[in-house]
Amino acid sequence: MTRPTLYMLALAAGMFAMAPWIINAAPNEATMGLVYKIYFFHMPSAWMFLISALVAGVASARFLFFKKATADGWAVAAAELTVLFGSFTLVTGPLWARKAWGVWWQWDPRLTSSLVLFLMFVAYLLLRRFGGPGSDKLGAGMAIFSMFNVVFVWVSVNYWRTIHPPTTVVPTLPVEMGIPLWYCVTAFTLLYIVLLRLRARLEHQRTRVDALYLAEES
Amino acid sequence: MSAFFRIVWIVVKKDITVEVRSLELLSTTIFFAITVVLMFSFGLVVEGRAVPDVAPAILWIAIAFSGTLALGRTFERERQNDTLRALLLAPADRPAIYVGKLTGILLLLALVELVLVPLVGLLFNAPIFAHPARLALALMAGSVGFCAVGTLFAAMLVRARSRDVLLPIMLYPMTVPVMIAGVRGTAALLQPEPELAIAQFWLALLATFDVVFLTLALWTFDPVMTD
Repeated sequence: MTRPTLYMLALAAGMFAMAPWIINAAPNEATMGLVYKIYFFHMPSAWMFLISALVAGVASARFLFFKKATADGWAVAAAELTVLFGSFTLVTGPLWARKAWGVWWQWDPRLTSSLVLFLMFVAYLLLRRFGGPGSDKLGAGMAIFSMFNVVFVWVSVNYWRTIHPPTTVVPTLPVEMGIPLWYCVTAFTLLYIVLLRLRARLEHQRTRVDALYLAEES
Repeated sequence: MSAFFRIVWIVVKKDITVEVRSLELLSTTIFFAITVVLMFSFGLVVEGRAVPDVAPAILWIAIAFSGTLALGRTFERERQNDTLRALLLAPADRPAIYVGKLTGILLLLALVELVLVPLVGLLFNAPIFAHPARLALALMAGSVGFCAVGTLFAAMLVRARSRDVLLPIMLYPMTVPVMIAGVRGTAALLQPEPELAIAQFWLALLATFDVVFLTLALWTFDPVMTD
């Protein structure tokens, strides 16, 4: 682990340890009371989910069109993190929805497209795991297709009438709610960067070991 | 441009010739599609009466299943004697080869749909002749979207391990938007009183997905098929 990664990890760990107090200090919302506070974890993980899918798509495009060999390692790392943060999003969302909407799940465009994006990256990981030789290119093609769903997830709440709150809610939040939100966004971003770097490094080392092993054999 | 379509036509003609000589894909896929619809009707026709409004969903599920089967088999045929490599080595535009394979599969799927639609109409009491032109348009647009992604993925998977299971795993999540638009659009057309405005909306959306998927597939086919 490089030194900057270590510092970021320590900072992220400290921020997550402090998070319960910061979130506790935020006022309750008028209609939903305490329940809305799951939003402080739901929204940052949803952001990391979407950003990670974009990172995977862009890295795959670099790998496929510009033949950047190391880009594949970044794509794999980002794809795994998409699934990880996607699961956070898809678990915290229904927990809130149960109280706010009275149901766990609704087939509305935002929820459907998020679930589909999540499934696409699960499929990507399955392909990488079981596809055998050549699955790096295949996966890259697939990640580029998946990336375009991110746009769909993002605009879906603003374009269609859905029951999911639109993205325009964020700037209108009062300061007491805004501070814990941006605090959590920072903590999640730090965690994301640390995990991405570590996982990509692992993947790069794995490819190098594979290459050395092949060179040794032949 | 004419060179492009000439290659497309040559690839299509090759696939048609191979298929006409054996009829292997057409007969097995049609029979598979029929059995899928029958399985659904055993489950969903209760006391001689079909559960209402299930026809569009069953139609599209049957199309997706038989489409997957046809895609897998088409490229399995190209794999056996490594003919796909020969095809790719030909001095021809890669996108033209892709469009040729896509057209072949679409023709096959169109024939399957010619059997599927009346069968679903018969077993689930769907008024398929209320707006035949629009229904055909919806089926065509949906099949293009589904097969545009499917042809690319099946071609990519030719060299991969466990491709039989990986094709549906990759293809179904990717084509969910097409399936949703197809089912909703067809459902609007198959209502006792067809809702044409709604059908129009979903058709337009299907056309959008077609354009996006086709562009992406043409764009990525060349690099992913290069060794």
